[in-house]
Amino acid sequence: MSMLIDFWNWLPVIIQIVIKIVVIVLPLMLMVAYYTLLERKVIGYMQIRIGPNRVGFKGSLQPIADAMKLMFKEIVLPTKANKFLFLIAPMLTLAPALAAWAVFPFDETLVLADVNAGLLYVLALTSMGVYGVIIAGWATNSKYAFLGAMRSAAQIISYEIAMGFALVAVIVAAGSLNFGDIVRAQQGSAAHWFWLPLFPLFIVYFIAGVAETNRAPFDVAEGESEIVAGFHVEYSGMAFAAFFLAEYANMILISALTALMFLGGWLSPFEGTFAESWFAWVPGFFWLLAKTFVFMFMLLWFRATFPRYRYDQIMRLGWKVFIPITIVWILVVAYAVVNKMPWWFNT
Amino acid sequence: MKTVTNYIKSLFLFELLKGMRVTGRYLFAPKFTVQYPEERAPMSPRFRGLHAQRRYPNGEERCIACKLCEAVCPACAITIEAEPREDGSRRTTKYEIDLFKCIFCGFCEESCPVDAIVETRVYEYHFESRQGSVITKEELLANGDKFEQQIAADRAVQAKFR
Repeated sequence: MSMLIDFWNWLPVIIQIVIKIVVIVLPLMLMVAYYTLLERKVIGYMQIRIGPNRVGFKGSLQPIADAMKLMFKEIVLPTKANKFLFLIAPMLTLAPALAAWAVFPFDETLVLADVNAGLLYVLALTSMGVYGVIIAGWATNSKYAFLGAMRSAAQIISYEIAMGFALVAVIVAAGSLNFGDIVRAQQGSAAHWFWLPLFPLFIVYFIAGVAETNRAPFDVAEGESEIVAGFHVEYSGMAFAAFFLAEYANMILISALTALMFLGGWLSPFEGTFAESWFAWVPGFFWLLAKTFVFMFMLLWFRATFPRYRYDQIMRLGWKVFIPITIVWILVVAYAVVNKMPWWFNT
Repeated sequence: MKTVTNYIKSLFLFELLKGMRVTGRYLFAPKFTVQYPEERAPMSPRFRGLHAQRRYPNGEERCIACKLCEAVCPACAITIEAEPREDGSRRTTKYEIDLFKCIFCGFCEESCPVDAIVETRVYEYHFESRQGSVITKEELLANGDKFEQQIAADRAVQAKFR
């Protein structure tokens, strides 16, 4: 063991970082792959179907088969497309979706970059994703793609505001931009987590997150019945796969962030109760994964349940409902924090 | 008052949660999917699948080239040419059905005075060439020979309705 640690310390820092990145990204990619299978299964079950069950045991190899298919497909370049932008757009979408995980704390100490402005960094990177979408829609030189990109851009920007405000309240409540500190501020018990004092913001944040990732019921950006597939109509093969991966990586990211900021991240839900010692052996990472999974499942549940919002309703919800609610609640939280309201903010 | 309750309902996502409860319940509902190659849905004796031409028990083909099926076919899928045979009886020299044109309406079978052209229960077939979709008289008769038992049984069940 000590030899292994010596070897690790002997490695150049850059190699250490690369290894850490691989350790984060590989499981993430695997999770993305199996999230697509889970989605098809869950939606199938909710529609009283079975879903994919032919490839491998009960369809367990379906994502691998899909990935293989996409890898070997030709990437069709539309004649009138701007080739450089057309090809760089998927990368611009995928890169921020993966890079955002750099500051994500998986456990008390398990974090790639313990940045003090972690939350700001994540907010900035999730907003970067919209550039990929706009560039894809623009470079494709097709009206459907362009419409999809426009819709998606307007929607993401609108919901970014509500999302940002919700996060402001989290920052106010935690008194820090560092994710580790945000989670530590929620210590105590399941009732100490921020979901209770920030309940409206918790809901707003998650719904804005759904809108941000262009998922149903906010998927006007790719509304199949109106504009085929939106901004990525003309993409095929790996270029399409990159968009797909980015979308699902973003969904996981939003779920994980919600779990981190409102459900106490790696903290055990039995903390402060009589059962705490029974579950002391469970690693914090497991709790984080379980909480993330709840939200990931919710995203699929939404998709199976709700019809697509009309475009003006999306805008109305974002600007006229979410933003007022968040602003009011920021004031409430600020008041509570200043007056050191007992139970949550008296530490 | 109504607007107020509606407002509160929509603010607390009441209706949305109700919808999610429905889908949540269906998540655990038994599934209806028929696992096709292993399981098959039950089939009616009136099923209209691949065509066949029948023969009399003595081996003589039933078709008398009256061309009623050709006339009734709404898709013009049937082509018939007829000539007297050496023994003087009227028979088809060419009887072809283009399965791409055919809409499987069953009119040919209904119009046939001697129950010669019938539609069987076969629905799993494929073509391997461009001409393959046009099935000839020989193929139709072969189909008839192959599925005669099933065809006869289905006709017997349906006899009182015809």
